[in-house]
Amino acid sequence: MTSAMMPSTYLAEGSSPGAWLLTTDHKRVAWLYLVSLTAFFFLGGAMAVLMRVELATPAGDLVADDIYNRLFSLHGIIMVWFFLVPSIPATLGNFLLPLMIGARDLAFPRLNLASWYVFIFGSLFALFSVVAGGVDTGWTFYTPLSTLYANGFVSTAALGVFIVGFSTIMTGINFIVTVHTLRAPGLTWFRLPIFVWTLYATSLVMVLATPVLAASLILIVLERVFGIGIFNPDLGGDPLLFQHLFWFYSHPAVYIMILPGMGVVSEVLPCFSRRPLFGYKAVALSSMAIAVFGFLVWGHHMFVSGQSAYGSVIFSFLSFCVAIPSAIKVFNWSLTLRKGEISFETSMLYALFFLGLFTFGGLAGLFLAALAVDVHLHDTYFVIAHFHYIMVGGMVTAYMAGLHFWWPKLTGRMYSETAGRIAATVTFVGFNLTFFPQYMLGFDGMPRRYHTYPPEFQFWHVLSSAGAVVLAIGYLMPLFYLGSSLFRGARAPDNPWNATGLEWQTSSPPPPHNFETIPVVTRPAYAYDMKGLEHERFSPHRPAPP
Amino acid sequence: MSFGVPFFPQEASSEAGHVDALFYTLLAFAVVLGLSLTGLVVGYAVKYRVGSPADRTGRRSRTMALEIAWTTASLIIAFIFFGWGAVLFVRREHPPADALEITGLGKQWMWEFRHPGGQREINELHVPVGKAVVVSLAAQDVIHSFYVPAFRIKQDAVPGRTTHIWFIATEPGRYHLFCAQYCGTQHSEMGGWVTVMAPEQYTSWLNGQGEGDTLAASGEKLFRALGCSGCHGAGSKVRAPVLEGIFGRPVALANQQTVIADERYLRDSILNPNKEIAAGYEPVMPSFDGLIDEGELQMLLAYLKSLSPRPSAGTKT
Repeated sequence: MTSAMMPSTYLAEGSSPGAWLLTTDHKRVAWLYLVSLTAFFFLGGAMAVLMRVELATPAGDLVADDIYNRLFSLHGIIMVWFFLVPSIPATLGNFLLPLMIGARDLAFPRLNLASWYVFIFGSLFALFSVVAGGVDTGWTFYTPLSTLYANGFVSTAALGVFIVGFSTIMTGINFIVTVHTLRAPGLTWFRLPIFVWTLYATSLVMVLATPVLAASLILIVLERVFGIGIFNPDLGGDPLLFQHLFWFYSHPAVYIMILPGMGVVSEVLPCFSRRPLFGYKAVALSSMAIAVFGFLVWGHHMFVSGQSAYGSVIFSFLSFCVAIPSAIKVFNWSLTLRKGEISFETSMLYALFFLGLFTFGGLAGLFLAALAVDVHLHDTYFVIAHFHYIMVGGMVTAYMAGLHFWWPKLTGRMYSETAGRIAATVTFVGFNLTFFPQYMLGFDGMPRRYHTYPPEFQFWHVLSSAGAVVLAIGYLMPLFYLGSSLFRGARAPDNPWNATGLEWQTSSPPPPHNFETIPVVTRPAYAYDMKGLEHERFSPHRPAPP
Repeated sequence: MSFGVPFFPQEASSEAGHVDALFYTLLAFAVVLGLSLTGLVVGYAVKYRVGSPADRTGRRSRTMALEIAWTTASLIIAFIFFGWGAVLFVRREHPPADALEITGLGKQWMWEFRHPGGQREINELHVPVGKAVVVSLAAQDVIHSFYVPAFRIKQDAVPGRTTHIWFIATEPGRYHLFCAQYCGTQHSEMGGWVTVMAPEQYTSWLNGQGEGDTLAASGEKLFRALGCSGCHGAGSKVRAPVLEGIFGRPVALANQQTVIADERYLRDSILNPNKEIAAGYEPVMPSFDGLIDEGELQMLLAYLKSLSPRPSAGTKT
């Protein structure tokens, strides 16, 4: 490319299938992930809607019990491993990490492409399990149900999750090395955007925890296929061993899912408040604290399992400890708004909704960490409500915030703000209508994973099912207005939101190698209050300050 | 349950009130903190919206002091809730010594209970009001969970081990019994009712269940039928440990260790006798794994326990 030509964009680098499927450009790999993950999100979502429709009445009248059990099992497996775990890291993270640190690509571009192929390979096994007849173990694969009594395609589903784990590990290693080695001159650790910090913390957890999941799934397949006694007491095994191994991965995995969302919100809130992030270091370090403490609380999933009571007491203590860094983040986000100049673009609305939903989901976590209360609430809808507030209300909302925030950078196009704001609001209303009643159901003692239920619970179930329909509409809307923006959207300027990150200093969409020249960083992240940005404040997409 | 819309679940056990006190305190805290934060964020969003005349001078605030303040405050509040929950929880480990002991067996997809007098019921559990009841739980196939929301209690029944749950019912009535741990196809059908009765009604209910063997007596019959008494009985030619009075006592093992002969030890000794060999005995006992089911195992355990003069409420897991 000569400097005399207009800089071409990564999107103009060929549109043949080969140009996409064999690319090593992190921005294109991000698109491969984005398309595949969107498909999985709507597949898992459709299963959730079917479940909610079934639960509108106490009797099991829409689907049979075996079908219902397969629906919630596959909903969990797909949403956790084929959407939430890779969601932000593999799409927005993949696209933005090199841009945010002023690098031309990830440290290992081929490994990055390979991780997508591994992901697709693993997902074929999972999809085979769906088509061939499903899995009825729940996403948790508890033994001995999963090894001796389940009558679905457990081995192929577990194998799919096992394979996808390698894709996660590849992404994690790639991100860690990239952050360590490819930062632009002047970009010290404490000048990194929080999104980079959270991707880094997430990657550490991915690399350290995922192998344990792989080990436990392999043990399940060994026991199921070869009859080797590991979890089955008849063969000298211990069923609780599986729960320990599973949650040793799956609790840190919760932080794999939420940390990148926290990172997105830490980018969006300062931008639309025109204020530096409040307590930058506290937010950065609390991400690392969450990553570390997250490894020490797995036993709080097992308070009534028969594990040692004194073990439970220690796990409860550590679970309260892990709540502190999250609380610190919420306080800092809230105070970021103070004395700002706040505007309410779509991504800001999503970020504010995240703040509220994450807060109420997190507070519910205190109930579950308190031992005696958890005895009552464990395995009820209260738990469902709690983790959907974090995973959907928190994580998916943050994902939508990020998708809208960086959409102009991803595509070079602007979308309709009006449509975006309506969709964000519909999602928020639908979400609360779906999941708030589930807190009430849980407190009233409604167990989870029930195909039928006593009639006195119906009132809350009807509200929840109605909410699910509204929520589904809220999630379907972006498919249309973001989709149409690809063809009809106005051309996006390089920095439509006047944001500070390095990714906004290159063109929209970026050139194939991100930067014409590698930038030199002289300012902290979120320097929204510093001189030099003032002249950039006016743009067609923001009202001029008075 | 009034108006058909449940807001607050019934409280029908001695623990329910304590658990709810903590729950409602947590709820008050969550509502106050959650709404304060919401108010703060909404307030800022309105006050500092673009173009508002709000004062934005003096922008630099003292972050360090604030960070320390709210971290400390969060820690203190967290530790209070932790301690409160833990103190209530540890009580689960200490059932009253005079508790009525009922065995519960979970299997796909029903609960089977046996009263001390041998009365057996399926998906129904009758208990007297005001008396401590310990349910010893076992599982035949997969993990199940004994859950009575009105009592605020829940305990998994795990294959290969015995777990316990205890409660004192305080209000006569019928309460939902659920299986809370997903256990396969008919998980949602696995449950029934706990009926709490006045003590005299309970007694007459027991008597109305027909004369049968007590659980321990059934165990004794099994003990003979399976040939256990051939070695462990008095005057046997095979040298085997005497089982009278063994429950709850320390047992010296061949590997120099000592264990308490609790349910875990007795269960393992029946199913996997070579795991922990009593010191001074040859490992000649055959395994009964696969020869007896969980229900029969519970009868044997009840019989062995009945050989110990004082019922000990050991709940070691």
